[in-house]
Amino acid sequence: MKRLVKDENLCIGCGKCEEVCSNAFFRESNAAKSCVRVQEIEENKHKLTICNQCGKCIEVCPVQALTRDSKGIIRLNKKDCVGCFMCVGFCPDNAMMQHDDYIEPFKCIACGLCVKSCPTGALKIVED
Amino acid sequence: MDILKMKNSHKLLSEFIYEPKALYRGYTDKTLYINISDNTIKEKDVPQKMKEKFIGGKGYGLRYLWDAVSPTTKWNDPENEIVVAVGPVGGITQYAGTGKSLIVSISPLTDIPIDSNVGGYFGPFLKFSGWDALEVQGKAEKDVIIVIDGNKGIVRIEEAPLEDVDAHLLGEQLTEMYAENEADKRNISVITAGTAAENTNIGVLNFTFYDVRRKVSRLKQAGRGGIGTVFRNKRIKGIVCKFKGVKGDLNHPYDQSIINKTGIKYHKEIAQNDHLQNNMRKIGTANIIEIMDEYDLLPVHNFQYGKHPDTYKIKSTVFIEKYCTQNMPDGCWYGCSMSCAKAVDNFKLKTGPYKGQNVCVDGPEYENAAGLGANCGIFDPEVILELNFYCDTYGIDTISYGTLTAFVMECYERGIINKDITEGLELNFGNAEASLELIHQMSRGEGFGKIAGMGIHKMKKLFVEKYGADKDFLYDIACEQKGLEYSEYLCKESLAQQGGYGLTNKGPQHDEAWLIFMDMVNNQIPTFEDKAEALHYYPMFRTWFGLLGLCKLPWNDITPPNNSETDEPAKVPEHVNNYLDLYYGVTGNRIDNNEMIRQSERVYNFQRVFNIRMGKGLRINDATPYRSMGPVTKEEYESRQERYDKQLRELVGFNPEGKTIEEKIKTLRAYREDQYEKLTDAVYKRRGWTMNGVPTPEKLRDLGMDLPELLEVVEKHLN
Repeated sequence: MKRLVKDENLCIGCGKCEEVCSNAFFRESNAAKSCVRVQEIEENKHKLTICNQCGKCIEVCPVQALTRDSKGIIRLNKKDCVGCFMCVGFCPDNAMMQHDDYIEPFKCIACGLCVKSCPTGALKIVED
Repeated sequence: MDILKMKNSHKLLSEFIYEPKALYRGYTDKTLYINISDNTIKEKDVPQKMKEKFIGGKGYGLRYLWDAVSPTTKWNDPENEIVVAVGPVGGITQYAGTGKSLIVSISPLTDIPIDSNVGGYFGPFLKFSGWDALEVQGKAEKDVIIVIDGNKGIVRIEEAPLEDVDAHLLGEQLTEMYAENEADKRNISVITAGTAAENTNIGVLNFTFYDVRRKVSRLKQAGRGGIGTVFRNKRIKGIVCKFKGVKGDLNHPYDQSIINKTGIKYHKEIAQNDHLQNNMRKIGTANIIEIMDEYDLLPVHNFQYGKHPDTYKIKSTVFIEKYCTQNMPDGCWYGCSMSCAKAVDNFKLKTGPYKGQNVCVDGPEYENAAGLGANCGIFDPEVILELNFYCDTYGIDTISYGTLTAFVMECYERGIINKDITEGLELNFGNAEASLELIHQMSRGEGFGKIAGMGIHKMKKLFVEKYGADKDFLYDIACEQKGLEYSEYLCKESLAQQGGYGLTNKGPQHDEAWLIFMDMVNNQIPTFEDKAEALHYYPMFRTWFGLLGLCKLPWNDITPPNNSETDEPAKVPEHVNNYLDLYYGVTGNRIDNNEMIRQSERVYNFQRVFNIRMGKGLRINDATPYRSMGPVTKEEYESRQERYDKQLRELVGFNPEGKTIEEKIKTLRAYREDQYEKLTDAVYKRRGWTMNGVPTPEKLRDLGMDLPELLEVVEKHLN
């Protein structure tokens, strides 16, 4: 299974990951539209919110718009999504994202762009 | 089933082409009117005044029904209507319980308007197809179906001779028939009744939703008051609504953002707390079976007792562990994170026409376990599930069925009716076989099932007139009021709940007020005025759900963790604010809690006047059977002797020492009946009604409901 992992001790809060992610998904630099989130919880200490592809969202989706692909990545079929946001509310890591500009949620597909942009190696893609 | 053959046998009677109107802030302002006597199909504009005063849902249903009928209209007259309406907030997908349809009709049980709410996808699909409401009037000559295609803008009335009538079959057949493929089935919702709806007065409407995981058309019921009986009397077999393309913003709301925010906050609350509170996601309403028993509130043996040593056999964990399929999204509309609609898959039936087949049972709900089970002395979970399945597919109300079966069982045990009258059915408490046979008779329209299916109100008259039953005693133990059977809570020790059942518009159903815990357990409303305030606020507050297209359960079947620290925890203030935000988000109209209550009062008072207009809305009609107020029999008194003796001593000033049980029953009764009268006075006063239960012209004026047709009715009853 391919997924993103984190080492928060290495995060310096530069926000590059958010920038590259929101650009890839929505063609704008906007942390609120990124699938990865960086939050400073105290000075020089950051919390990274990332999806570990656990699959809780698949369970709660009423229309089976969320499915796991052959690499183990959970993908959203926007066409079938009815915008209920239960997946957002039930995600144990708050990693299913939502923005009011869109009526469907969005999530990490472990593409690795954020990993490439991270200057400290706080984010990594693993396959297990 | 040969779907093609069924479809080919349809004969088109009428077709109507329309341009589906998109919703704007929750409304289309259009109503679909269908008359199946002359096959008229037309579009009606919803007048602005009606929208302001009646809001939607049940408000629209009552308004249309008033205009359709006269004071002498009976339930089976062609002019009686079945109105299906949602409401402005209904159909959003971000908050739990937002897919309710409200159904209104003149009831065959009560002869006054009944309103019943139901989940399933039909209501939201109807809205997205361009219609705030659907009015069906008239009576067809042969069985018909109505098909609404909300994408193409076509409404058809078709003769449909070959389809089954029973709901679990017909739901599947019509879903299969109108879906293009498996993936399209989620876009179909069907209204059906069932074979027993034709032969009894307790018919329900089943509303389907297609369960994409179980691959079955699930059934939710508009249960109360016999609307399924009206449906089959009109010779409607089914109503299909098809709509493809559900998205989260089809209401075209004023402020989607506040809806999203409120919905996600609520989903998180459920995700984090449901398993610590009511476990609704695991077992739904059945979570309270053992709690009711523990508090002596579970109806046992026709509401005589409140607990039973065998309740453990049907407690919620039995259903969770052994029967219900777990970890499925069981919401009956999208976005319902409360997901209380449980199902038992592959349940093998042991009796009846489908014996040996594996079926999906929707349930059990608390009411089913209590009514079909405990109240009839039946403590076998598989019998409860089997009766649950047959009630649904035959199209009858589990609550009325449970309560009326408990009534005939008590009549049988007390010799009021015998084996000759029941045509061989040994209707003792606990006889599961007899209850199952009774329900099959209702489906076939045979035997004692035909008598029982009339409902308690008509049965008790028959037992007095034809079989010489003692009228006073029979009327005491017959748990019905206004013609509707009581739902399944024992209220004799809670005066407020006696009012919660008795001082209702449609009859004794707990959807207006459930005050037992507030009153009896927590002693939060000790005085008549406190109780009257609760019997004003809660019925009005709960009426609001029916105007907006909402389910009541997400309001208080979970509460925010800090709820107990609020000023009025019973009202769940944070959730009330959620609803005000949703209303604002959809309509753009910012109202406060007071205006929310006034919106309801307008419709509530309209319904009360409607009842008066139909001849059943005065004080005399709010009287309740003594079984709901206190111990009728010696055995009931003895079962709670300590409590009753104490009450006589402390509240009545009557020393029970050395008195016979009969004397004590009589004295307690006089006291309790007087208490109910005093409560009635206080409630009427709080609601702005005369002491005869009539809304005053001043009250109607204050609410902006001084409509000439209402004043005309109330003025006749002012002296």
